[in-house]
Amino acid sequence: MKFVRRVSSSLLGLVGGLIMTAAPMPLAAQEVTVLCNFEVDWCEGLKATYEKTTGLKAVFIRRTDGESLAQIRAERGNPRADVYHAAESASAKQLASEGLLEAYKSPMVAELHDWAVRIADQNKYFQTPIYTGVLGFGYNTELLAKRSLPEPKCWRDLANPAYKDEIQMANPGSSGTAFNMVSTILQMMGENEGFKFLAAMNKNVNQYTRSGSAGIRAAGKGETTIGITFLHDSVAQAVQGYPIKTVAPCEGTGYEIISSAIVKGGPNPAGARKWMDFVLAPAGQNVAITVGKFQIPSNKTAQIHPMAPRSADVKLIDIDLDKYGSKEGRERLLSRWENEVFKAPK
Amino acid sequence: MLGAMRRVVGLWLAVGWLGFALLPWSAIGGSGFFAFQWLVRYPLDVSAAPASVQLVWHGRIWLAPVALALLVPLGLLRWTTTPGRAARMLVAAGTCGLIAVLAIALAIDINGWTWPPLATLFGPLPRRQPGLGYGAAMVAASSLMFLCHGLALRGWVKGDAFVAGAIGAAVCLVGLFTAYPLSRLFVHAILDQNGNLSLSAFQARLASSKIWGYGGIVWNTLQLGLLTATSATALALCFALIVTRTQFRGRRLIGILSILPMITPPFVIGLALILLFGRSGAINAVLEWAFAIRPTRWIYGLPGVWLAQTLALTPVAYLILVGVAEGISPAFEEAAQTLRASQLKTFTTITLPLMAPGIANAFLIVFIESLADFGNPLLLGGNLEVLSTAIYFAVVGVQQDAGRASILAVVLLCFSLSLFLLQRRLLGRRSFVTIAGKGDGGTRTRLPRSVAWATAALALPWAALAVVIYIMILTGGFFEKWGLNHALTLHHYATAFAIEVDNNRLLWTGGAWSSFWTTVTIAVTAAPLTATFGLTVAYLLDRQRFAGKTAFEFATMLSFAVPGTVVGIAYILAFNAPPVELAYSGIILVACFVFRDMTTSLRAGLASLSQIDRSLDEASTTMRAGAFTTLRRVVLPLMRPAVVAALIYSFISAMTSISAVIFLTSPRFDMATVNIVGRAEVGEYGYATAYASVLIALMVMAVILIRLVVGERRVSARQSLG
Repeated sequence: MKFVRRVSSSLLGLVGGLIMTAAPMPLAAQEVTVLCNFEVDWCEGLKATYEKTTGLKAVFIRRTDGESLAQIRAERGNPRADVYHAAESASAKQLASEGLLEAYKSPMVAELHDWAVRIADQNKYFQTPIYTGVLGFGYNTELLAKRSLPEPKCWRDLANPAYKDEIQMANPGSSGTAFNMVSTILQMMGENEGFKFLAAMNKNVNQYTRSGSAGIRAAGKGETTIGITFLHDSVAQAVQGYPIKTVAPCEGTGYEIISSAIVKGGPNPAGARKWMDFVLAPAGQNVAITVGKFQIPSNKTAQIHPMAPRSADVKLIDIDLDKYGSKEGRERLLSRWENEVFKAPK
Repeated sequence: MLGAMRRVVGLWLAVGWLGFALLPWSAIGGSGFFAFQWLVRYPLDVSAAPASVQLVWHGRIWLAPVALALLVPLGLLRWTTTPGRAARMLVAAGTCGLIAVLAIALAIDINGWTWPPLATLFGPLPRRQPGLGYGAAMVAASSLMFLCHGLALRGWVKGDAFVAGAIGAAVCLVGLFTAYPLSRLFVHAILDQNGNLSLSAFQARLASSKIWGYGGIVWNTLQLGLLTATSATALALCFALIVTRTQFRGRRLIGILSILPMITPPFVIGLALILLFGRSGAINAVLEWAFAIRPTRWIYGLPGVWLAQTLALTPVAYLILVGVAEGISPAFEEAAQTLRASQLKTFTTITLPLMAPGIANAFLIVFIESLADFGNPLLLGGNLEVLSTAIYFAVVGVQQDAGRASILAVVLLCFSLSLFLLQRRLLGRRSFVTIAGKGDGGTRTRLPRSVAWATAALALPWAALAVVIYIMILTGGFFEKWGLNHALTLHHYATAFAIEVDNNRLLWTGGAWSSFWTTVTIAVTAAPLTATFGLTVAYLLDRQRFAGKTAFEFATMLSFAVPGTVVGIAYILAFNAPPVELAYSGIILVACFVFRDMTTSLRAGLASLSQIDRSLDEASTTMRAGAFTTLRRVVLPLMRPAVVAALIYSFISAMTSISAVIFLTSPRFDMATVNIVGRAEVGEYGYATAYASVLIALMVMAVILIRLVVGERRVSARQSLG
C-alpha cells in the first residue's frame, strides 16, 4: 500500500513537474515565421509558392490584423514571428512608431506602382504595400428585386428611407474596414456633413457587424440586402455563386493599403527579407489569382483577375489615410460616431 | 511514520538530484525534450548543461544555494533523528530550495540580470537567456515536496503527507498557470495610456457609461447569463430526470442526444441556426410561403444568442445533474412514500431539494460559461454587446486599449465571484448526503405523472431541435455549397482528409490532417490531467481543511471565468519570455486547457462529493487507511459519474474551444477549431462542416470509450427502476 501511495504521490509531482517545464525556444531558425492576416487559403497558397520558388521553408500563423498587432506587442522583448504580413497600413505605422518593426527596402520596390512606392517611402520602408483595396458596397440582387427596391449607386443612396433595416456595415470600433469607410466619408463630405449622412444612414442599418466582411457575407446568404465592404470581398461573394452585385459608389470612394513588414528582432531576419522580396515580386502577387482574390496588386507586372474591380471603373478620391490614424484622431472619430450616429434615434 | 516518510523523501530527493545533477537546467529549445537535439550540446555547453556543471565548470555560483538545499535532506536519510528535528530540516530545505529557484527565476530575464548590482556581483550574462528547464522544474518540485512533508510531520492537515503534497502542488500550479498570468494582465487596468500607474485612469474606465446602465454591456451580459443559466439548467434537469427516473423508451437515446450540442465545434451551431431561423432561413421561408409573414431578423440579438447558448450549455449542466440524480439514494424517497407522501410530495420535498447542490453547481457553471462565451455573441449577437466581445475588441479592435480590456475582465470576474459567494451562502451549511455506509437496497421512485409529462413536454421539442440541427450539420459536408447549391459531393471530405499513396508511403495530403492530429494529441493529453487535477482539488476542498481554502477555491475559477481571449493574451504576456518560456509549444496549449477546464471537473466533483457521507471516509480512516487510500478505494469509486463528466467535458472542451487558443496556436501546433473557423470565414462551409462532422464522430467515440472504461457507480444491488 505504501508503495502505491509513494508511486502515486511522486506521479502527482511528476505531472506537475512536466507541466512546469519550460518549452522549446527556437533554435537557429531556418524557417521564416509569418503572422499572416490573409484568409487561410491565401496564406497556404503563399507558403506553398514561396517554398517552391525559393527552396526555403516558411511557416505561417493565421491571425486577423488586430490579433497580430496584439500578439506582436505582447511578444515585445522576445519576438517569435519574422514577418507581419498583410498589415493594415495604419497598424504597421503604429507598430513602427513603437519601435517594433524593422525597416527594409526591398529591391522589388523598383517594380511597384507609384502609389505603393510613395507609401513605402513615406513610411521610411518600415512597411511596403502589397495591394490596395477599394471601398464600396454590394447588394443581393434577388432580395432587391423581391422587395422592389431601387438600385443603390452612390453613397448618398444609402440614406434613402426605402432601405430601412436593409444595410449592414461593420462597427468602426472593431473593424478597420468600417473605420476606413467612416474616415473616407468624413473626408469626402466634410466632418459635420459626413456625420449627418452617417446618422441618416444609421436608420437603414440593421446591424453593425464586428468583422469587416461580415456584412457582405450576410448579404450573400440573404440575411441583409446591402453590405458595405471592400469591392474585392463583394466580388468574391459573386464569384462563389451568391447573387451579389458589386457597386463602386458614383461620388468616388476611398481605399485601403495593405502592407507587409518585418518584425524587429525576429528569429530569422534574413528569411524575413526573402519573404518580403517574394511577396512583392510577381510570383508572390500572382498567388492571389489562384485562390480567387480580387485586390489590386502593388507590383506593376502582377496579373489582375479579370473579375477584379478595374481602376478605370472606380473614381478614387485622394484621401489621407493617416488623418484619423493617430490615437487621438481615432478616439475623436469613434466617440463622435458613437454619440452622433450609433446612439442616434432610429 | 518516520520510516515511510523517509522512503518518500528519498524518492523526492532522487528527483531533485536528477534535476540538479543530470538534466539540463535551462530550457533546451528546439523541438522539445524527446527530439534529443539538446544531446549534441550536452553536458558541457551552458545552454544544455545541468546545474551541477554550470555551478562547477561555468562558475555560476548563484546555483550554490540550490545544491545546499538539496544536501540537507541527505543527512536525514543518513542519520536517525526525532520527528520534530526531521520536520524542521525538511521545512528548511524545501523553503531554501524554493526561494533559490524563485530568486534565480526573478533575477534573470531574457536580457540577463534584472537588477544591475547582481551583474557587478556575479559578472554579466549574455543577452537571450533561456527560460528555466526540466532540471529547474524538478528541483522546484522536490523542494516543494520537502516543504509539504515537513509541514505534514509537524501536524499540518492531520499529518497526512499525501494531502499536504497535493495541496502544495495544487496551490503552486494554480498560482503559476492562473494567478500569475492573469495578474500580469490586470496590471494594465491601473496603467494610463502612457503606461504610468494611475488611479484616475482606472476610475475613468470603470465609470464609463458604455459599461453600466440599462442596455449597457453589463446589463446585457447579466441578462444573457441569467437567462441562459436558467433555461439550460431547467432543460438539463428535465433530461436528467427523464433519463434516471422514468421508463420512457428511448431515454438512453435522449441522454446521448442531449450531449450532442456540446461536441460541436464553435460557429457550426451558429451557422446551422442561421440557415434554420435566419431571415432567409428554412423556417422563415416556410412561414412566408404559407402565411405571407415577412421574414424578420429576430435571431440576431439576445434571442439568437440565448438560443445558441442554451443549446451549447445544456449538456454541461446535464452532465453535472445526471450524476447527482443518480446519486440520490432511493432510501429517502422510499421512506417518504412509506410515510404516505404522494409521489408529487416526495418529488418536491425529497428528490428536488437533494439535487440542490447539483442544480446550484450547474447554474454557476452555465452562468460563468455564458459570460465567457465569445463565438455565439460574435456570430448571432447583432448589435448586442456583451463583456466577452467587448473585451476581445478592446484587445484587437481599432483602439487597442488593453486597459479597457482589463477593466472589463475585472468586472466580469466580480460577477463570477459574487455568484460563487452567493452559492456558498445558500448551500453552505446544509447536508445533502445520500450515500451513507448503510446498505440501501431501495429502488428509485418514478417521477410523478404530472412532473413526467411536464419534463417531457419541455425536453422533447428541444431534443427534436438538436436532432434537426445535427442532421443539417452532418449532411452539410456533402453539399457543394451549404445553403446555396445542394448538389451532392464528396470533395470537401477529400480536401480535408485526403490520403495519397506514393512509393508505398502514406502521404497525408488533406488540409485538415496537421491540425487534426495536433488537436487529438493535445485533447488526449489534457483530458486525464484536467480530470485528475480537478477531482483532486475537489476532494481537497470538500474533505480537507486548510488556511486560505476559500481564496484557493476562487483562484481555481479565475481562468475559467474570464473569456478565453483574455486568458490567451495573459498566457502570451506571462510565458513568452524567461523565466518560464512556453509560447509556441504544445505545453502551453495543454496548460491552458487543464487550468481553464479543471473548474468543471472540480464542480462536478464537489457536487458528487457532497452526496457521499463523511462517515465512509471516517470508517476508512479508523481502519488506518491514509487519505490517499481512502480517496482511491472509497471515495473515487463512488464518484464515477463525476469522473465520467470530468473526462468527457475536458476532452470535448479541448477539442472544441477556440477563443483561448486563438493567440496560442503556432505553426507546429495548429488547432482544429482555428482551422475550421478560418475555412468558414472564406465561405468554405462544406469543408468546415465536413471537418466538424469528423470531429463530432471522434468525440462520440471518445465519450462511449470513457463511459466503458470508467464504468458506473454501484451503490446497491438493485440499481434499475422497479
